[in-house]
Amino acid sequence: MHSVEFYGAGFPYHPIKELEGKLIVLEGTDGVGRSTQIQLLRRWLEDEGYAVSDTGLHRSPLTQVGLEAAKNGHTLSPLTMSLFYATDFADRLENQIIPALKAGFVVLSDRYFFSIIARDIVRGADPDRARAIYGFALKPDLVIYMRSDVDSLVARLVHGRGFDYWESGMDIRCADNIYDSFVIYQGKLIEQFEKMSDEFGFVSVDATRPVQAVFNDLKAQVKGLFERLPD
Amino acid sequence: MLSTGNYKGKLIVVEGIDGSGKSTQIDLLHKWLLSKGHSVYFSEWNSSDLVKSTSRMAKEKKMFTPTTFSLMTATDFADRWERYIFPLLKAGGIVLADRYAFTAFARDVARGVDPQWVRSLYSFAPMPDLTLYFRVPLDVAVDRILSSRAKIKYYEAGMDLGLSDNKVTSFRLFQQRVIDEYEKMVDEFGMTVLDGTESVQKEQKIVRQLVTKMLRGWEGLPNPLVRTRRRTAVFN
Repeated sequence: MHSVEFYGAGFPYHPIKELEGKLIVLEGTDGVGRSTQIQLLRRWLEDEGYAVSDTGLHRSPLTQVGLEAAKNGHTLSPLTMSLFYATDFADRLENQIIPALKAGFVVLSDRYFFSIIARDIVRGADPDRARAIYGFALKPDLVIYMRSDVDSLVARLVHGRGFDYWESGMDIRCADNIYDSFVIYQGKLIEQFEKMSDEFGFVSVDATRPVQAVFNDLKAQVKGLFERLPD
Repeated sequence: MLSTGNYKGKLIVVEGIDGSGKSTQIDLLHKWLLSKGHSVYFSEWNSSDLVKSTSRMAKEKKMFTPTTFSLMTATDFADRWERYIFPLLKAGGIVLADRYAFTAFARDVARGVDPQWVRSLYSFAPMPDLTLYFRVPLDVAVDRILSSRAKIKYYEAGMDLGLSDNKVTSFRLFQQRVIDEYEKMVDEFGMTVLDGTESVQKEQKIVRQLVTKMLRGWEGLPNPLVRTRRRTAVFN
């Protein structure tokens, strides 16, 4: 058990004194290999006897339908998008992540609000305003930032799932074609992650290396966390 | 907390608890301003098509927490703001808003969220040119609501707060909290206070006087239909 901290006021109507579980976040831009690493971490932690939840991965039941519809219609303007995603994040945090932490789970979260802030700012949001929205957010026990560069991302996507409209920032038309738009957009996102790194205490891991090498680094970080915060 | 507006138009807001008479007043004001030849746009709280389905489902299934309720409401407002309110103000129209950010500040804080946090969600929204707050005693408002409506809804009554199992009791307790928040905001946001127990006609007279004073010397976007008639009159 350890003390619970928030980035701002948290949930004043529902004070949480302690949480038994641990919240581990994997951050990083699109196509950096987060989901692969989460699978590996999950298997390893379960082998070690920890109960693991990767509940943070999915859209919340509250906003899933509405957000998909809005995205398909491309009807979201930046301000509205920023608040809609914040609603989605808050629902997952309050109804999935925190209950799992209360029950003593290790929660592996594929991204946290840092990604949302990065996307908001690249779309013109004021950086302070974007951060202030997340005053309710719980401070994770560990945030691992999977650092990459645009060239490595391009290589992964070309050999993987290809270029996605939203991941390429086509809603803000960074360029007249999806490839150039992807390069510009992801470059801007990486810039935002770098800015947040010190501020939010990210632990950076070079994600351009082979899967196993990255995984070994992640394991070392998680082990270090368990030693610092014994249960 | 709220930004200063950069637009030619005028933003007029009515605030107050349910049953304070504000919607009746803004409706009369709307018709009057149209008859005066102004370009007027009316916007209602929680009316964005974008979030309607999500919001309805969440209310039916009682999925909201105070935080998600607050964020969903802000999303609804942001959508209306970006799509209609802001462009119309820039064009020089008069925008009438039945409830504004202050409603969120009152209700969401009454639900228990942090006052500064909810204010930060609306920091993009400008201070209105005129904010009319319809002050009314709780009993008067509750009587009006109970006699005019079939039933009070779950979130309207603040049932999610577990204040009481009885809907009417819960509604009263919740609305009192909302009133307390409004009263704190009168000075903070320079609201003009109106007596919500006055007769509709007497109150409308005051509303029109306040609006006339605010619009004095201002030239907004004329209503093209009305302008045509005026020109005809001049040439005759």
